[in-house]
Amino acid sequence: MTMELTCINCPMGCELTVETENGEVVSVSGNTCKRGEIYAHSEITAPTRTVTTTVISAEGRPVPVKTAQPIPKDKIFECTAAIKSAVIHLPVKVGDVVIDDLLGTGSQVTVTKSVG
Amino acid sequence: MREFDLVIVGGGPAGMAAAVSAKEHGLENIVILERDSELGGILNQCIHNGFGLHTFKEELTGPEYAERYAVKVREMGIPVETDTMVLDISADRVVTILNRGRGVEEIKAKSVILAMGCRERPRGALNIPGYRPQGVYTAGTAQKLVNCEGYVPGKEVVILGSGDIGLIMARRMSLEGAHVAAVAELMPYSSGLKRNIVQCLDDYGIPLLLSHTVVDIKGKEKLEGVVIAQVDEKNAPIAGTEQFYPCDTLLLSCGLIPENELSKNCGVEIDPRTNGPVVDEGLETSIDGVFACGNVLHVHDLVDFVSEEAARAGESAAAFVKRGCTADDTAAIKVIPQNGVRYTVPAQIHTADLLGDVHIRFRVTGVFKNCEIVIKAGETELLRRKSRILVPSEMLDIIIKKDRLAGVSEDITAAIEEV
Repeated sequence: MTMELTCINCPMGCELTVETENGEVVSVSGNTCKRGEIYAHSEITAPTRTVTTTVISAEGRPVPVKTAQPIPKDKIFECTAAIKSAVIHLPVKVGDVVIDDLLGTGSQVTVTKSVG
Repeated sequence: MREFDLVIVGGGPAGMAAAVSAKEHGLENIVILERDSELGGILNQCIHNGFGLHTFKEELTGPEYAERYAVKVREMGIPVETDTMVLDISADRVVTILNRGRGVEEIKAKSVILAMGCRERPRGALNIPGYRPQGVYTAGTAQKLVNCEGYVPGKEVVILGSGDIGLIMARRMSLEGAHVAAVAELMPYSSGLKRNIVQCLDDYGIPLLLSHTVVDIKGKEKLEGVVIAQVDEKNAPIAGTEQFYPCDTLLLSCGLIPENELSKNCGVEIDPRTNGPVVDEGLETSIDGVFACGNVLHVHDLVDFVSEEAARAGESAAAFVKRGCTADDTAAIKVIPQNGVRYTVPAQIHTADLLGDVHIRFRVTGVFKNCEIVIKAGETELLRRKSRILVPSEMLDIIIKKDRLAGVSEDITAAIEEV
């Protein structure tokens, strides 16, 4: 299978063409440095993202939170919905854990701003 | 009249870093004036991650980055007056402030640091034809509504301009359940970071329409939709390419402008290229004892660069007060932007009494591949650095060693040479 990616390591933004077989990367072309190849491998085999959003506290104030570790890209919406349904009470401090293991991803969800 | 060694206007990342540095360099009597009810400035609404890789060697969200500095400010015992608006700064550094509890007050400052930041280019400055319905916001206003107030302004969204805030908001609105139909960008390239295009648009299947713009806004009371058309090389809409996008929300992400009303009233000379004050290597403006740093000086893309720059402004203000608030009368050489360099900060350097190495920051005028950055004093080359690519969206930071500049009397030029 052939996939097209844009490398995000620098402003060059190389357009990468990645050949895969059974989910394994066979070849990467279009990159102008080694970092492009590394990026292609991680994007194809296990793309992950840090998700940041807000949870509305029981008192009605939005509290910004993040996944402490990056989570699989294909679980972004599922994870965001799970984060949204968390219940928190003010006051909260930066670093407080809102969810311990987000949908089995192994990532915590933590507060990113002290509120209240 | 209350008197201070240093009055800092603005409690965002620039103001906080300037305060911390000034205190570290020996100033005791400092105050930070902030119009909002808390420190942090725009970082409080930037809940996404990607901040602090240079400063803290880890990736933080905006509020986390702000809180680290706010904690430092508090631990160092630096006074902060929130909900306080600065109305005027005079050339002899009398600062007029307004606070709901105290009313109007004049305070005297031995030195002032301008750290007011910037604001977004609004619809009125963009000349978009059409009605003026409810539903048109700048991207940053929408960001504040969603992240700080807990309101999502709409369900069907079009974004004009591909600045980073617009891209970030495309993702944010998608996560909040809205549908983002398209991002239209007038230029043939995006002004946002590649990383944001991939992670905020591509991840969510949002199309980026380059060389496109909004040519009409429909809806009398409420926004009903926008018309997007392709533009030619002269940015003129091409007839026949118009397409109607029904939407209830239009976000504008079309550039940032340093907020210099106070600076101008004070008599500070403004550089028309940056819309920020003309400063020397110590970030001092054309008014003695008045310094500037952060986005009020020139719009940055990294907060880490803001903090570093602000720390230098704090150090310079401390040096100014310690030498008895006397002007630096030593000769200054100019820093002149040449081929490919749009502007430089600083615009001049006092080479006789440098506090440390000199940072020259600038943006390029276009995309340059396989080129060299060349800094010269007269005909003498001070620095030559190869680069694979330079783009206008990334600010460059060149450091010239103090001893390389000491005593230099010829003007300095900064230019891009294509190899």
